[in-house]
Amino acid sequence: MHAGTGYSLNQRFHQIVEFVDMEQPTTTRAVKAIALISGGLDSLLATKVILDQGIDIEGVNFFTGFCVEGHTHAIRKRQREKIKRNNSLWVAEQLGIKLHIVDVVQEYKDIVLNPKHGYGKNLNPCLDCKIFMVERALNMVGFDGHSFDFAISGEVIGQRPKSQRRETMAIISRESGANDRLLRPLCAKNLPSTLPEREGWVNREALHDFSGRSRKPQMTLAAEYGFTDYAQPAGGCCFLTDQNYSSKLSDLWNTRGQRDYELDDIVLLKVGRHLRPNNRFKLILAREEGENNFLKGYRQQYIQIDIASHTGPLALIDGDPNENDLRVASRIVARYSQGRNESEVCARVRFPDGEEKNMSIQPYSAHEIPEHWHIGV
Amino acid sequence: MNSTTITLDTTGLLCPLPLIRAQDLAKELAPGSSFLLLASDPGVYYDIPAWCRMHGHEIFHVEESSQENVIQMWIRTAETSNRASE
Repeated sequence: MHAGTGYSLNQRFHQIVEFVDMEQPTTTRAVKAIALISGGLDSLLATKVILDQGIDIEGVNFFTGFCVEGHTHAIRKRQREKIKRNNSLWVAEQLGIKLHIVDVVQEYKDIVLNPKHGYGKNLNPCLDCKIFMVERALNMVGFDGHSFDFAISGEVIGQRPKSQRRETMAIISRESGANDRLLRPLCAKNLPSTLPEREGWVNREALHDFSGRSRKPQMTLAAEYGFTDYAQPAGGCCFLTDQNYSSKLSDLWNTRGQRDYELDDIVLLKVGRHLRPNNRFKLILAREEGENNFLKGYRQQYIQIDIASHTGPLALIDGDPNENDLRVASRIVARYSQGRNESEVCARVRFPDGEEKNMSIQPYSAHEIPEHWHIGV
Repeated sequence: MNSTTITLDTTGLLCPLPLIRAQDLAKELAPGSSFLLLASDPGVYYDIPAWCRMHGHEIFHVEESSQENVIQMWIRTAETSNRASE
């Protein structure tokens, strides 16, 4: 048996593809695939199905900056106390494959800002995203220096309203340039055969015909494989599918007058309460100790406000506030401090250049903070 | 720890960025090289060991400064090359 695949060496021998180079002697190597690993159940199962057919597979996980995975668990204290695993690494370890984690933050901007196929329900460019990832994956080179013969995706027809429909799956295959080199093992029997199936590298009969939003077929297959501890993200793997997050991103673009962002911008949209009293500035207000500590790390980039006389949250000011705006911001911060019921408290304002000043202010009462100041709640 | 000559400072970065930076550095180093990773996100306690197991790298010392909340991991890359280029 070939280690970890359940396949005999003889069976594996039949999955050798021959490459002829006009200037080199004929060389042979095993068929090689790249699997898109989100860290969720579908990519775990799709990869396992093909791995069990004796194919040499490496995984890839793309870091876009909007990933629910990773980033946020380090910020909030209650989530920090238990070290959370990275699910894409966990999946790769379960499968016994090597994983590439690739930073695509800069190049992904174009997908978010100019999606050819538009957005989903929120600012999620799911179709363009998938096209981008499949194309990027197939252009990569494996750890052994060889290119990949086909790509594996955990998509299921009808699973997602925007990107996982029969029509859109054809668009992804075509526009990524993968064409018939993109295999979706969980629903392959519902789709035209792909190159790996026609070439006999993969047995189509051993693939699946899942469809629709039900997760039962995947859960049954996971049980058959003995996978019990897999991730079950409630809202998908991307913050752009989240309505509150998308509202904050829209607000960022609208008030800055341009659709652009840096990594710090999109990370800060995941943290704290966001309140915008006017177009000159926005307040990012920590909700607990972990967020307080995290926001402290931005002291050289943003104005910071806390209440010197009482325990309370730290706030960052994003924008270009005037003197009165700083007073308004301080009164908001005071509202969320232990001094909220005092007639006067001392707010401390620190500027990025190190300058610091204190202001005596009256905390806002609850009804003095209009609902429309809150962004994305 | 004296043999470590390269320090990779990822403090302030959230996971998986420390891992991505470590992965990119490891690709540039000769097999069997050592480097010191500095990080502030405790997620590295999961990510880095998992990555090392996967690629045959070794963590040979870990320290955490409680005052600064900086995690220090000394890593030796695998003796055989695992590098990929894009």
